[in-house]
This record gives sequence, structure tokens and C-alpha cells, in this order.
Amino acid sequence: MTDSVNKKNTKLVRALFVVAAGMFGFGYALVPLYDVLCDITGLNGKFKGEVAEEIQYPIDDKRDVDVEFITTLNESTPMIFRAETKKLKIHPGKYYTVNFYAENKTDKILVTQAIPSFSPGAVAEYFKKIECFCFTKQVFKPRENKLMPVRFVVNPALPETYKTITLAYTFFDNTETSVK
Amino acid sequence: MSAVVAEHDHDHHDHGPAGGIKRWIVTTNHKDIGTLYLVFALAMFFVGGAMAMVIRAELFEPGMQFVQPQFFNSMTTMHALVMVFGAVMPAFVGLANWMIPMMIGAPDMALPRLNNMSFWMLVAGISLLASTLVMEGGAPASGWTLYPPLVLQTGKALPFAIFSVHLLGISSIMGAINIIATVFNMRAPAMTLMKMPLFVWTWLITAFLLIAIMPVFAGAVTMLLTDKFFETSFFDAAGGGDPVLYQHIFWFFGHPEVYVMILPTFGVASTIIPVFARKPLFGYSSMVYATASIAFLSFIVWAHHMFLVGMPMAGELYFMYATMLIAIPTGVKVFNWTATMWKGSLTFETPMLFSIAFVVLFTMGGFTGLMMAIAPADFQYHDTYFIVAHFHYTLVPASIFILMAAGYFWLPKWTGHMYNEKIGKLHFWLSAVSVNILFFPQHFLGLAGMPRRIPDYAVQFADWNMISSIGGFIFGASQLLFLYIVVDTIKGGTGEKVTDEVWEDASKHGLEWTLPSPPPYHTFTTPPTAIPTEHF
Repeated sequence: MTDSVNKKNTKLVRALFVVAAGMFGFGYALVPLYDVLCDITGLNGKFKGEVAEEIQYPIDDKRDVDVEFITTLNESTPMIFRAETKKLKIHPGKYYTVNFYAENKTDKILVTQAIPSFSPGAVAEYFKKIECFCFTKQVFKPRENKLMPVRFVVNPALPETYKTITLAYTFFDNTETSVK
Repeated sequence: MSAVVAEHDHDHHDHGPAGGIKRWIVTTNHKDIGTLYLVFALAMFFVGGAMAMVIRAELFEPGMQFVQPQFFNSMTTMHALVMVFGAVMPAFVGLANWMIPMMIGAPDMALPRLNNMSFWMLVAGISLLASTLVMEGGAPASGWTLYPPLVLQTGKALPFAIFSVHLLGISSIMGAINIIATVFNMRAPAMTLMKMPLFVWTWLITAFLLIAIMPVFAGAVTMLLTDKFFETSFFDAAGGGDPVLYQHIFWFFGHPEVYVMILPTFGVASTIIPVFARKPLFGYSSMVYATASIAFLSFIVWAHHMFLVGMPMAGELYFMYATMLIAIPTGVKVFNWTATMWKGSLTFETPMLFSIAFVVLFTMGGFTGLMMAIAPADFQYHDTYFIVAHFHYTLVPASIFILMAAGYFWLPKWTGHMYNEKIGKLHFWLSAVSVNILFFPQHFLGLAGMPRRIPDYAVQFADWNMISSIGGFIFGASQLLFLYIVVDTIKGGTGEKVTDEVWEDASKHGLEWTLPSPPPYHTFTTPPTAIPTEHF
């Protein structure tokens, strides 16, 4: 190989390694990019963790929307978890409070986090929660049980096409990661 | 093959290969490294194949027969990883090492030492992966896609599998960089870009794909690693992450990755078919542009693997139409291969038989792909045996058949010996018939609702599964013929003296056929002045 070819090779290879390193970074850049896209499109009904202010909306009496509540436990989270109200007919703009029951089945302290998910995903931005056990980590003493309220309103700007909203909560056991 | 090259040592008193085993460990010669890659890939083809035999044996009848469900899932996962990263990709890198310098009139690859390093990193990566089979908790059993949260339940094997992916990724990236540098900087002066053989073109484009996607996959598995051991929450909903994000990142890598395995296949097919049709390749430049279009499209269609995970309607429609678009450049290619054969003076030697089977059977695999591109229809096909049938049609009678064809096509050039045509043809017919017995019934199983990655199934799926397994056993056994032929040819084959061009008029189709058979250890130390132009 002549020197000039060697030089050309070195230059090209350097550039290509930079591209490869850049693509490794791009993989990580997809993480915030995905969050932004989810925010814009309402994809997956992703939880934003926002506490809504209690502001007055005009109440739309003529419209009924069904709200369903689903509860799940992740993997082997040792809890009892259920919605006291399974289904509710609501008017957009009016405030409601529903209760959830959760109980620690163990003799140890449990640190848990509930993650909400909306279906259809696009309704997430119209569903405002003033109070929710999902805003913070929930700590349960051994065998403790709690009745946890969720206060919410559905923005009357919700498009007419949505007749049913399903809100699913999943409890995750975070005890191990929190203790460390 | 060592004997072959050894004969030519005396021509090159100063730069011959090192003696004994050391030659293979420290070699920087593109032919030696090509041989290493090809031998390694062939070995992994049998390892991955043995895993497939376990799967088909368990599925021969409903009920649990031979293995535990966890081990069964490890087998489907490891079969995929070994075949993709251990067999098909290294085999094409091996072909690239052997053929690209000889096709473009270069003395060697641009970065010979890097070349040696990428091979041995591949071996290290695959060894690490294989070691997970004997670990506590078993090998990864989450499917080759390694989706969280399931994959995070892997036992001790998880970090090993992840580091193995890192090593395989680095190896591929280095190999790709080497190929790009070789093609850009090492061509004979007369070899302009639009005169390059299509195999070189398809590999150049594949190399760019690899550089773009392997780091992304490495990033995704690194996130898995930190999620599991360092308390990040990229994919953990409890910490504000999203498991669906992994699927997006994975398929951003995964879709181009399947084209990494098929584009060089197109290149080899475009090299072999004109030789046995005794015609130039039809539509050379359209082939180049079609390859580039497919590569580009592969980056913007990934979510068609995720039609069921939840996407806005606009997303479903976009990914559906973008995916269907791929059928156009692919159709151009199939048309061109057919047009190349049209009114040609065809002969049906083993490489040509495999290539024709590729054109027909790959087209079928492509059509089922088109079916699954239709988002509403995919709701039925998703995660069933229909998809298993689809991607095996695009990989086994496509990539694997073309690798076989490449073996038969170039073995006489590499070794200077002719392979046994009778056994070659027997290998072809057994493979071509059994591959259809193996995979065609899986379409029916999938449409009837049999899910993939399950060790047991409802009894209504019994008959087609049994037929599929029988096909699998015949296919698996037939491949031993190939092993026999390769060994036999290296040892001397039929004893027939092969000419430099091996196949009639092949020297019009590529520079490699102007070299002696077998080629000396160092070739084109001075660049060739005239290049064949028959492939236009």
C-alpha cells in the first residue's frame, strides 16, 4: 500500500468510527425523543406525573362518558389492590372522587409505585387528576391497608368520539430499589 | 484449505503464511481470514441447526416430550442469535473478505490487522453467548428480540448475553468499516464505482447499514444492563420508563438488520445468475439503485413489527404504506434476475439451481411479508407461525441457499478442485424439497392461530407440525452432504483440473476469474489494467 492510500484510509476510518460512536449516542437520544413524541401524539397514554389545578370547567350535562377503572399488580407484588368503583358515568367538566383499596400482604415494609395508563391513549391529556396515589411512592407498613382517593375531571374539550375511557393502574414493588 | 495455499508458498519467498496453527491466529491475509470466517460460519450453521432440531423434535407431537419449556424457549432464542450473528452474517463477511479484493483488483483489505481482530472478536462474542447455555437460570429465553421486562428475568446469563452482543457488534462494525475503506480506497484505477460487481455494491451498502444500526442495538442492550444492575429506568414503568421504547429502539436496529442478511444475498445472486445464463446482468444500474432504496427504506419502516403494541391510526397507516413501498425496489430485482435468465443459454449446475430456487422461494417470502405489512391483516398474523414461516422463507431458501450457491460457485476457485456435481445436485434437490415441507405448513399453522415460541400446542395443530418436523429432519440431515462436499473438495474433489475461469466464459463476468485456481496467497499486488465489463 502506498502512503497516500494509507492516509486516505486513516481519514476515512476515523470518520466512520465517529459515525459509529454517534449512532451509539443516537440510540440514547431516542429516549428523550420518544418522550417528546409521546407527549405530542398522546401515544401509549403515557403518564406525565402532573398534578392538575382544580379549575372550573363548564359542565357538559348533555354528555355521558363511561370511565372504567382497572387494577393490576406487576409480577409478584404482594398486595391486594382493587378499585372500589369499577365503572362510572360522568359528565365532562364535573369533579368526581373514586376510591381504591390497597393492602400489604406481608410482614415487611413495602415501597410501591402505581403507574397509570389510559386507553385510548389520546384521552390522557383531557383527563385531569387533582389527587392521586400515583403521584408519589406509596409506603405500606406491615399488613397495612389504605383507602386511596383519586379526584379527577374530564376536560369538556374531549372530542365527541370518545365514549369510554379506561384508566388502568399497575402497582410496582419498588422496595428493593428504594431501600438501597 | 491450508494445503492449497501452501502449494504456492514458493512463489512468494518473503511474504508467505506463518507455519502451523499460528498462521490462522495471526493472519492478516484476506483469503485466510475469509476462510476462517466461512469455516466458523459453517460450524455455527450446524450448531444453530442442532438447536432447530431440538425445537422441531419437541414440536413433532403435542404435549411435552423431550425438554423443559424454559429450555425450549432458550433454544428458540439461541437458535436465532446463533444463526443471525454466528452463521449468516459471518458467512457473508467471509465471502466479502475472500471476494471483494479479488473482484476490485486490490491486493488485500484496507485494514488487515483490524480484519484479524474483528474475526477473533466474533469468536469471543459467540463463545460468551454459548457459555450462557450452562449457566444458572439457563440461556436467554426471551426470544432474540430480548424484550423487557421478560428478558430481565434471565438468570446469571443476562450480562453475558449483553456483553456478547457488544462484542458481536464491535466485530461487525470493524468489519463494515474495513469493507467501506477497501471499496473506496483500494479499487484498481479502472474499476469505477459503477463498474463494480453487484456483490461489492450490495456489501458496500450493507456496511453502511451495519455502522448505522449495530451501535444502536449496543445502546439498547446497555440500557437493559443498567436497568437491571444500576437502577436506571429506561424500560421500567415503575421508574417512569416504558418497555415499548425498547421495542422502538430494537426494531430501529432490527429491521435494517434483516436487510444486512439479505442485501449481500442479492449481490451473490446477481453474480451467479448471469454466469449460468451466459448473458450480462439485466439492469445493472437499476440493481444498484434498488439496493440503495431498500437500504434507505429499511430505516423508516421499523414499527411494522409493532402494529399491535398501540400506535395512533396515522402511525399504523404510515408504517403500513412505507413497508409496502419496499416491494417496489425488491420487485425490480426479481424482475431483473428473471430478465437475465430470459432467452439465456441456461445450464443448471448446482450454484445455478440454488440461485433459481432462491429467486422463486424468496419471492414467496416477500409476498407473505407484503401480507403482514397490511396493518389490519397483521392483527391476525402477529406472533403466530405465519411470521415464522415468512422470515424463514426469506432467510433459509434465500440467504442460506445463496450461501450454498456461493460455496459451490467459488469453491473450485478457492481450492483449485472441482466439487462432486452429483452429490451437489442431490444436496440441492433434498434441500429444496424438504425446506418447503418444513416451512410451508407453518403458514397454515399460523393462519389457524398457532402462536410462535411455544413448546406445546393444541391438538388441532398436530398434523401440520408433524409434517413440518419431518421436513426439518430431512433438511437438517441433507446439510451434512454439504459438509461432506466442502471437505471432499478441499481434499481434491473429483480430481478434475479446473481452469482459471472455472465456469464457461466466467472471466467475462469478474476479475476473480482471471486469477489462477486456486489464487496465489497474494494477488493483484499490481492493479489489473483491464476489467471485464460483461456485467453491464
